[in-house]
Amino acid sequence: MKFEGRIIAKGTAEGEVLYTAEGISFFGGVDPDTGIVAESGHPLEGICITGKILVFPQGKGSTVGSYALYRMKKQGTAPLALINKDCETIVAVGAIISEIPCIDKIDIEQLKDAKTAKVNADEGTIEVE
Amino acid sequence: MQLTNEEREMLEGKQGNAVKKSMEILVALGEIYNAEKLVDIASVQIAGVSYSNLGDAGLGYLAELAKDGKVKVLTTLNPAGMDLENREALGIDEEFAKKQKMVIDSFAQMGVTVTCTCTPYFIGNKPEQDSHVAWSESSAVAYCNSVLGARTNREGGPSALASALTGKTPLYGMHLDENRNAKVKVIVEAEIKDTFRFGALGKVIGDKIKNKPAYITGIKEASVEELKSFGASIATYGGAAIYHMEGITPNKTPIPTESITVTQEEIDNAIKELTDDCEVDFVSVGCPHCSLKEIEYLAKLLEGKKVVKEFWITAARPIKKQAEEKGLVKIIEDAGAKFACDTCCVVAPIKGRFECLATDSAKGCYYGAAKNKFKVKIMSIENLVEEACKEVKG
Repeated sequence: MKFEGRIIAKGTAEGEVLYTAEGISFFGGVDPDTGIVAESGHPLEGICITGKILVFPQGKGSTVGSYALYRMKKQGTAPLALINKDCETIVAVGAIISEIPCIDKIDIEQLKDAKTAKVNADEGTIEVE
Repeated sequence: MQLTNEEREMLEGKQGNAVKKSMEILVALGEIYNAEKLVDIASVQIAGVSYSNLGDAGLGYLAELAKDGKVKVLTTLNPAGMDLENREALGIDEEFAKKQKMVIDSFAQMGVTVTCTCTPYFIGNKPEQDSHVAWSESSAVAYCNSVLGARTNREGGPSALASALTGKTPLYGMHLDENRNAKVKVIVEAEIKDTFRFGALGKVIGDKIKNKPAYITGIKEASVEELKSFGASIATYGGAAIYHMEGITPNKTPIPTESITVTQEEIDNAIKELTDDCEVDFVSVGCPHCSLKEIEYLAKLLEGKKVVKEFWITAARPIKKQAEEKGLVKIIEDAGAKFACDTCCVVAPIKGRFECLATDSAKGCYYGAAKNKFKVKIMSIENLVEEACKEVKG
């Protein structure tokens, strides 16, 4: 299956899909040193987002989250790519400064059971096995 | 989004890497929010200054931009994690201080005026009504839109910096009349005076209507300091970027039909909510940073007294200098209170150092509890001074 969305930050990536229907706060909600989701009660609490094609509706919380994504990228704990329903400022800016491929305007529910995906954020497309 | 030829060249990298990266950020935001074009801005206020939030990676990002980036408009800076000239008195460790200075140096290299204050409007960054600007720092954003009548979205640190390095911001949100107009009328049926009560009012309204622009009636008068406290609070508790106060703020707006009422009881309850049962060991005034008038008043209250608890007065350095010239700093320091410039009780790394913060700021209470895990007590400035001078029980 192939999906087409809007390009937020260019680049390509291929890997395992990690899906959540909840928004993610990258400042406070994820431990930047381990990549593990720390927000209590979050569906991904305790799960590591490092090296994943992370599929979530949108970011939330403090705007410092943009720097937190950058910090994760530099430390090697960032996701491989970000797929959003509706990208907002924090994730958009974070993806651009960190050079993490990011696409939005995707009906993310259709990716719920996907195992792996090929993200081409130069073209704005996602291919799912 | 429509770009001019010059903007297109900036995006392609003809003005260097820092401008290219900045344009990528602004164009992406413009696309996300359906901005028609970019507009020129008059000034910028940058947040994301404390090393405790940036870490080494954030510091690296700033150093990278500083290689060829220079700000194109007046750009001021939010508070940092420490007083840059008075580290030891406030108990900040040396390693933190070194990294914090590197952050400031990167901003300075880009031509940013390293003011380190959340009240840039007290020290010369005071845009004219209806001018476009790109400010971060939620309390300054609320003041800028509501009290000055200039136009800014609630920028994050990197997007504000991107605007500084290009002199532009995408035209959407708070730059457009339709989004600035009031959506809910708020009828205040309580007597609101003093900064702490204005803070409590901001909490009540923010909790009730979130970030919707309010048209507030029933406030007879409000000083600059009270508006500063109110805006910080409504932005903290609700996320509002703008409010309108009948007969007080300058923006024109249609009056909304939807209305809510705020009662005296609700204000009293908000104050109760911000009053924990604890023994005060830390008193802080200046969230947002003090005006000269507030320092004058503090000096009057503190003259000839002796404080027995840690007491911070936070203000922009140029404001402290003006206070110094008037002999106020000596009076305050003789009483045992401390000045902390460039920083505040919200961003300084003081988690674990105190247990119970007393302040007149509803915003200070929120972050004191959420970020530093303090118990909090909100009260008037007069009561804060009294509390600071009161011997500890037992």
